[in-house]
Parts: sequence; structure tokens; C-alpha cells
Amino acid sequence: MHILAFLIRRSAQAVIVMLVISVIGFSIQDQLGDPLRELVGQSVSEAERDAMRDRMGLNDPFWVQYFRFLGNAVHGDLGNSYFFKKPALDVILAKFPATFELVIGATLIFVSISIPAGVYCAINPRSLLARAIMGGSIIGISVPIFLTAIFLIWIFAVELGWMPSYGRGETVTLPWGWPTGFLTRDGLAHLVLPSISLASIMLPLFVRLIRAEMMETLGTEYVRFAWAKGLTARRVWFVHAFRNTLLPVVTVGGMQIGTLIAYTILTETVFQWPGMGFLFLEAVNRVDTPLIIAYIIVVGLIFVVVNTIVDLVYTLINPMVKLPGAQG
Amino acid sequence: MKFFRSITGAAVLAAVLAGAGIADAKTLKMAYDADPVSLDPHEQLSGGTLQLSHMLFDPLVRWTKDLGFEGRIAKSWERLDDVTVRFHLRQGVKFHSGNTLTAKDVKWTFDRLRTSPDFKGIFLPFKDMKIIDDHTVDLVTDGPFPLVLHDATYIFPMDSKFYEGKAEITKHGDSFASQHASGTGPFVITSREQGVRVEFTRFKDYWDKSSPGNVDKIIFTPIAEDPTRVAALLSGDVDFIAPVPPTDLERIDADPNVDLVTMTGTRIITLQMNQNRVEAFKDPKVRLAIVYAINNAGIAKKIMKGFGTAAGQMSPEGYLGYNEKLTPRFDLAKAQALMKEAGYGDGLSISMMCPNNRYVNDAKICEAAANMLAKIKIKVDLTTMPKAQYWPKFDERAADIMMIGWHSDTEDSANFYEFLSMTPNKDSGRGQYNSGNYSNAEVDRLTEASLLETDDAKRAEMLRKVEQIMYDEAAFVPLHWQDLSWAARKGVNIEAVVNVQNFPYLGDLVIK
Repeated sequence: MHILAFLIRRSAQAVIVMLVISVIGFSIQDQLGDPLRELVGQSVSEAERDAMRDRMGLNDPFWVQYFRFLGNAVHGDLGNSYFFKKPALDVILAKFPATFELVIGATLIFVSISIPAGVYCAINPRSLLARAIMGGSIIGISVPIFLTAIFLIWIFAVELGWMPSYGRGETVTLPWGWPTGFLTRDGLAHLVLPSISLASIMLPLFVRLIRAEMMETLGTEYVRFAWAKGLTARRVWFVHAFRNTLLPVVTVGGMQIGTLIAYTILTETVFQWPGMGFLFLEAVNRVDTPLIIAYIIVVGLIFVVVNTIVDLVYTLINPMVKLPGAQG
Repeated sequence: MKFFRSITGAAVLAAVLAGAGIADAKTLKMAYDADPVSLDPHEQLSGGTLQLSHMLFDPLVRWTKDLGFEGRIAKSWERLDDVTVRFHLRQGVKFHSGNTLTAKDVKWTFDRLRTSPDFKGIFLPFKDMKIIDDHTVDLVTDGPFPLVLHDATYIFPMDSKFYEGKAEITKHGDSFASQHASGTGPFVITSREQGVRVEFTRFKDYWDKSSPGNVDKIIFTPIAEDPTRVAALLSGDVDFIAPVPPTDLERIDADPNVDLVTMTGTRIITLQMNQNRVEAFKDPKVRLAIVYAINNAGIAKKIMKGFGTAAGQMSPEGYLGYNEKLTPRFDLAKAQALMKEAGYGDGLSISMMCPNNRYVNDAKICEAAANMLAKIKIKVDLTTMPKAQYWPKFDERAADIMMIGWHSDTEDSANFYEFLSMTPNKDSGRGQYNSGNYSNAEVDRLTEASLLETDDAKRAEMLRKVEQIMYDEAAFVPLHWQDLSWAARKGVNIEAVVNVQNFPYLGDLVIK
């Protein structure tokens, strides 16, 4: 029952978040540019453009436009993209699998590297390898992601010719309509470089975080007690210390999902990866306002969902922690 | 596993076919910076739409490399009188749907063009198209009009039976024509995922049997990011790219596996000085000083790295209005003297706005210009912004100096003056982009007259005169004509099919 109450509270929170985002999005839409410029040629007269603006409802006052939007949004209609001529929500959801798979690929990479690296650095802080890893992580944080991406394309696609230079490659559509790149060799090959680029943002952070947390945990009373009890090193490190390291890491990880999503915009653009991030950047360039607003609302929803999952995972890792607001 | 098997199967098949000596299918993998917005040729007047039109459709006539005309759907034409040009259409031309082209389709297309918000402006001078018989049409204009052939390059006959009842042109709705196409062009679309990939196959009943083109399949993928597009070409993932980002022109030129093709373009980049906002700009001496202070040859050499041709006027070489005496000017001493003469020896303080993602190196050019103006004591407050925000500002005339580039839809000089130099008139639409509010009655008169004069020699005189007047009065600051650029791997003979309009005639492309 606690979980049900918690979920209901979270849903209400999600709705509020999306409302606030939509108001903000709407109020800045005039500053984004003039969508008509992108829709018509240069020699079309001002009068024609004004007539079109009227027909599209863009000359109505702010609140009229906003409430029209809300009225439709309640039915799941976030407006039609000016460019794609299709419902904005459909366009975004169609690109969601591509972004999701990219994020999965990146997560697999940085989780499988940062955990061993971080734990190793915590256990042997003065070793040469540990020092090299920490030094390398500073480089990782300071190099902008698009530079990393272009550099990887350069070395592995142009110079060595091992990897493809852009795109998603072949996809296989699963029975429920999800196009996946994980099932073909071509799809996987196309996933490698973008996933590495995206992972390069999170790697330095997580290596350092895991190392720091682990070192702190290793210095606590109960760990010393475990050593005193004579437990094997493996048990002390991985059953006791590591599990407690995970808590703050998961919290930070949940918050970093936002960063990860933001960076998909850059990664996808460099690799011409047909995902939501690239879609959003093009929408901004084209002043495709319905698509822009729909995107930020969808991303807001993703945030809330992810943070909810993080909170639930929290209670799994540490049964002593109660769900927020679940008291009594 | 299935994938491996199909790959092996395809490899075996290819080997067998090659061994049997059957001509192998030539596939072209190409990447532009954007993919077609829509399959409806009348929806948007833009380079991308016209490039696609040349692939799926054929025009009545098209431009040749030396700015002449060659007949496509029209095999010949003659001027009957001051207001009528007769076109004789080829026989036996088939549409992708299987229907045969007749004059009815041409007229249907013409009528539809006049309802298109983007294209109707081009066809304003036309009264009607008359069907004389199944393979002859007459284009009739309201008065004597010299640009009939220029405008006929926009008439790409559409399959009227295919589109019957579903011919709506819509900008922000989903129309039949935006998703389906039937034309007479060399290629048919076999699959399309917007923003990701378009696949074309050669139309087996294509009318032009004399075309040397041997491309059977085209795989078109848009790559918006410049370095990625270049990497795709250099790594062999694509065979042909356009445009080539200016930062990579030298590198691609140097690469032995890739050919770089460049051409002087017909897009003029200019700065306009707003006379309503700055009193000083009303004085031609001040405007001349600005023109003399800006080293546009230097900009073309250093900033455009030679991939731009410095300009002293609007019309590029090859246009009727081009006047070879009007060369680019740069003389700092003269500029300073002019400023003193005009009474502005102490200088001025002005604002300037430029886009930063519309023209090649636009922001850098403006920064350079601002620095050059500082030398004649004109203090420039420069703001640059993305084109989405810039154009509304341009409409508002929000700064004292603003940048604008222009390419003539009709490949004719008069189009420049119509939009950029004539006195702004809300009703007629003249001077729509004349943000400087430059106004000269003689320029207005000559431009209007040139649009009614069908004799080329007389027209040339009028248009050259306009350029001279603008040059003498420094109506605007000419910078340069942007070069066009394309790159392809060796063996893809792109040089033969590109032109100054940037409509590569891919139907005629030969791959070795």
C-alpha cells in the first residue's frame, strides 16, 4: 500500500512538472524565431506570411494559444509538428527507441568500466594504475563531448576504417514495433562509437565517485569490525563495503540521467543518430515550436519517471530507507 | 544469422553476375546537409525542393552550365509575338505511374503552380497557358516579358491523372502530394524515412535514352553536421557530398581519393546601410567611405580562403547586368578623406547585426568588416545570431547595418534590384528586402522597364546602368559571391553534372 500511495503522489508531481514546463516553453516561444521563415521561400510577400500566421493561430494572444494547447494536451495531442506534419508526440516517440538504445549502450559501457576501475582505485589508491586512471579521468571531464565524438570518428572510421562514421545502420523491428540495433552486426557496429562518446561524459564522474565513496566506506567502523572478524577480503569489499557505496552512487546516477539526456543532443547530432536529441536540435533550428515544447515535456516526464525508479531502487538496496512520504 | 546468410548470398550472387559479364548496378551513396522536406514540388520554393524536382520530375527547359537553356520536356520553342511563346513537347514521355504525358498535364501543373504561395510570385507576369494540341502549349504573358524561359525552368510537369482530386498544396498539413510523387524524372523513390534516408531507383521507362547517366540506385542520407559529412566521404561510407564545409575545402582538395569541384556561385553577400536609422547614411559620401573601407578582396582571400569571388556589384559574370568596369574597391585613405569631406571626420557610432549560421563564414565576415570600419572611426556594436532569430530582426530593421545574401530565382539581374534596391512598396512588394531604404527613381524606372523589354541587348543596357548608378552612389556594400562546392570519390564524375544553380543533374551522372 505504501508503494501505491507513493506512486500516486509521484504521478501528481509529474503532472505539475509537465504543466510548469509547458508554461515556460510557451512563454519563450516568441523568442525562438519565426516558424514562417522556415516554411515559406524568400520571395513570398509579407501579406501572405501574415495570412498564414493567422490561419495557424499564431497571432492569437498568449493565453488563448496556451489554453488551446492544454485543451488538446489533455487528449494526448501536443500539436502537429510544422516540419513533419504529424502529431509532435508521435514524431518524438518514433525516435525514442534510437535514443534509448544509445543511452543503454553508453550505460553498459560506463557501468562496466567505472565500477571495476573505481573499486580498484579505492582498494589500491597508491598504485600506478590507479594514478593513471585518476589522471585520465581529468582529461575525460575536460574534453567536450563533440570533440571526443569527432576524434573517435576520425581515428576509427576515417583513418582505420574499422567503424562506420554515422547513422544507426541496420535495425530489426521487434514484434511490438520497436526498431532495435542490437540484433544485427551492422546495428551493433554503428552503436559502438556513439555509445563510447556518450559514456565518456559519465565515466570520469563515476570512477571518481565510486572511488571516493568506497574509500570512505572502507574507513568506517563496521568495515573495520568485519576485518577484525576475519572475513575474506572479497566478502569485505564486495558484500559489505560495495553495497553501501552504491547508495550515493545510485542517487547521483539518477540525477545524471538528466545530463545524459542533454548530451544525447550533442552526440546524436555529430553521429547523425536519428534519435530524440537530434530531432530536438533540428526543431530548434527550424523553429518547429510544437515539437520543441512536446520534447521538453516528454523529457520532463522522463526525469520524473527515472527519479521515481531511483527512489524505488534505493529501498531495494537499503531496506532501512523508507519511501519518501510513505510514513504512517 | 539471417543477416550473415543474406550477406553471403548477396556476395555469391554479385560474384556470379560479375563473372557472367552482366553490367553491375551502379549505386550512388550521397549525403546533403538536409533531406527533402516534402515530395510536393510546389510546396516550398527552396534549393532542396528543386534539387529533388530534377530527380523525380523534368522541367520544360533547364539551365545549361553556361547559363543557356536546353529543352527537356519541351523539345523546341519559338516566340510567336510579344506576349506568346510556343513550346513543342516531346512525344511518348511516360510518368512513373505509367500514364503518358500530354499538354493537359503541363497546363494542370502550370495552374497548380499559380496557387502555390511560394511559386505564384514567379508566375505573376503570366496570363495563361493555352493548349494548342496534345503536344503543343502556348505561354501567354500579360505584357512583353523577357524571362519566359527563365520561369519555364520551374515548370516540372506533374502526372495530372495520378494527383486527380488529391492535389492539395499545404504547408502544415499532411497532403497526398507531399508523400507521393509521379513525374517523368530519371528516378523513382522506393523508400523514404524522413530525416534518415531516401532510396531511389532508376525509372526504367525514362524518356531520355540519350542520357549518359548510369546510376541505377541512389541511397540518400542527410548528414547535418559538417565534420561528420566529410568523415563519411573520406571513410568511404558515402560517394558524394554537398555542400563541402569551408573548413574542409583545402583538405578535400588535397586528398588523392576524392575530387573537389567548386564553381563561382551567383549568391551575392551584401551589407545594407539603413538610411532611416542613421542620418549619415543618407549621404552617398559616407556610404562610399564604408565601401572603400571594407576590403572585400581580402575577406574573400583570407576568410573565405579563396572560395568566394570579391564583388563590386550585384550581378555575377554571365548575367545581363554584369558590368566588368565595376570592380571591388578598397582604399583606406580615400575612405578617411570621404568621411572628413562629409563632415564625419570624428566618426560615428552604429549597430550591426548578422546571422551566424546562414551564409558561409557570415559571423566572421561581419567581425572583419566591423574591425575595418573602426579604422575610419566608425564604432560598430556587432551582434550575431542564428538565422531563426535573425530574420525577424531583419524584418524589423533592427540594426543600422544588416547583412543579407541573395540569389536570383530567375538567374537574372532584375530579380536582385526588384527585392534589394527598389524603393520599398508594401503594395507591389518591390524592395521587400531593401532594409537600407535606398531609393533612386531612375533605378526603379530602369528595373521596371527591364521586365517589359524582350530584346536582350536593350535589357542589358538598362540593367548595366542600374549597376552603375548603385556603384556610383554606394547603394549597398557588396562583399562577394559565394562559391559552390561539391566533393565525390574518384570515379564519380560529378563535374559534368553540376551547375551554378546547384541542381546536380544526377540523371546524367556517370560512375566508372
